[in-house]
Amino acid sequence: MAPVVHLDRIERTFPGTPPVHALRESNLTIEKNDYIAIVGPSGSGKSTLLHLLGLLDRPTGGTYWLDGVDTASLDDTARAGMRAERIGFVFQAFHLLGHRTAVENVMLAEIHRRGGSKQRRERAEAALRRVGLGHRIDAFPTTLSGGERQRVAVARALIGGPSLLLADEPTGNLDSKTSESILQLFDDLHAAGLTLAVITHDDDVSERAQRRIRIHDGVLTPLTELVDRGAR
Amino acid sequence: MLAEATAALTARPARTLLTALGTVLGVAALVATLGLAKTAGGQIVGRFDELEATRVEVSLDNGGFFGQQDNRPNPLPFDAEDRLTRLNGVAFAGTKTSIDLEGAFARSVPVVDPLGQTEFQVPMFSASPGLFDAVRGQLETGRWYDHGHNDRGDAVAILGPAAAERLNINRVDASPAIFVGEHTLAVVGIIRAVEREPDLLSAIIVPDGWARTTFGIVAPEEVHIDVEVGAAQLIGSQAAIALAPNDPDLLRVAVPPSPGQVRRDVEGDVNALFLVLGGISLLVGAIGIANVTLVSVLERTGEIGLRRALGATRRHIATQFMFESAVLGALAGLIGASLGVLVVVGVSANREWTPILDEWIPLAAPPAGAIVGLVAGLYPALKAASIEPISALRSG
Repeated sequence: MAPVVHLDRIERTFPGTPPVHALRESNLTIEKNDYIAIVGPSGSGKSTLLHLLGLLDRPTGGTYWLDGVDTASLDDTARAGMRAERIGFVFQAFHLLGHRTAVENVMLAEIHRRGGSKQRRERAEAALRRVGLGHRIDAFPTTLSGGERQRVAVARALIGGPSLLLADEPTGNLDSKTSESILQLFDDLHAAGLTLAVITHDDDVSERAQRRIRIHDGVLTPLTELVDRGAR
Repeated sequence: MLAEATAALTARPARTLLTALGTVLGVAALVATLGLAKTAGGQIVGRFDELEATRVEVSLDNGGFFGQQDNRPNPLPFDAEDRLTRLNGVAFAGTKTSIDLEGAFARSVPVVDPLGQTEFQVPMFSASPGLFDAVRGQLETGRWYDHGHNDRGDAVAILGPAAAERLNINRVDASPAIFVGEHTLAVVGIIRAVEREPDLLSAIIVPDGWARTTFGIVAPEEVHIDVEVGAAQLIGSQAAIALAPNDPDLLRVAVPPSPGQVRRDVEGDVNALFLVLGGISLLVGAIGIANVTLVSVLERTGEIGLRRALGATRRHIATQFMFESAVLGALAGLIGASLGVLVVVGVSANREWTPILDEWIPLAAPPAGAIVGLVAGLYPALKAASIEPISALRSG
């Protein structure tokens, strides 16, 4: 079975004088049900990698296979479709729409996705229950705590059953106690079979992952190898 | 997509309304303009002078006295009255001809009054008996002269009230005589009022028959026709042929403008001015929508980035913002149309007019508003579509 993500000598260079090499000839493979953490200081290329993985940006070199599909062959519409179907995003700033209820924010993820809209609300409610927010379904984000907002964002990322959950500093705006609960949620999701890639500079976050990859000056370096990889 | 667009608008109703205000006013101005123009036009037709609408006048085209000055024969016949009353739609008809008395004085029965003036220059008209009805005259006393007087060429006269006063005649039961130059006339009636041709009020009016033999008048100068309501245009087209079948082109027929024409003229006048104003306010409204939508695009870059991350293409984003401004425009059109109708009804109620509004105007207003919104939203939508999700997500 093809890995969820396979990066082969991927490169991303931003034009300018001099050109900025945000990512240099990097290789990365994320298998199904992996939980990896990508760590690195600011400006190391973390965000560039996230955008490449999330199909929000195109590499200037190398190849990116997502679920066995060479993403370079896809046009913008197909890439948007891949984002909708296969990738769930969780952002540091949550990015919830303030004037929509929690369940409406979750349903937003399915607008650009194929499939019936009839059970959309049911699926959104199920996703909210899955992240432990069954009691705040019709609450507005302004009335939710930071941790609850991030749970709504996670529910939004989960609703379509993505191949990969991409989290960008998911605990960056949360206090340590709330962070812990979000990380616990990630652990639970991972245990349920989800593939996660978390980008962070926080050691507490990265330690929860099975595998840590350090990024520095656009170069990826594995820190911890997956111990029991063969067993899975 | 429509639900998404309306959701964004209903989230902030106050702001949405303010954004739409310019378009609301523009549409309201347009609807009110069209409605008021129509109402005013209808009102003018409603008030349209029944007196004028039933008046047709035929005269010689060159406008010369006695029809002979221009060496053009005057084809008007003295039996104009008979010819015209045979036409369906003519109520009354009569000829009217001014007579040149060459400075002769008029006086009544000589009374020796060393202080008072007893002789006057009074204008004289000859007329066929039908003229009194054609000008809607009313008698103060006495009677009109009739066809018998006219055919016999009797020396009778009707006095206008001003002429009667100057000549000091107020009773006609004894048919008092007046003297005009060397001619003697028996006064049979005094006019109280006429609704047309007020110059008759100060004149001595004599039968055509007497004027022809006495002054040698060869043709009537004018023919006045009182037509049934609504027949003016028809009679106007027939009168010249009926009066002068051989040379109808020599005659000038004055007919009142048709009611439809009057209404169109009025509507046109009102419309031209206010449509420009309405158009300008609509333009300002569109700029307002474009402006606020642009601001909202910048404000919602985070949302745009999120939607892109959730699988929206550029086209989806552009469509959503276009939809938003189109829905906004349609809403503005709806409110504006309502306001416009209220204005029309309010003004009409105030002036006690009958409000008239084409039904297509309020129906067309929301689509028109939507088009305005669509056009206004075009640039912001393209701007939104061009936002890179990466920068959008970072900024949020």
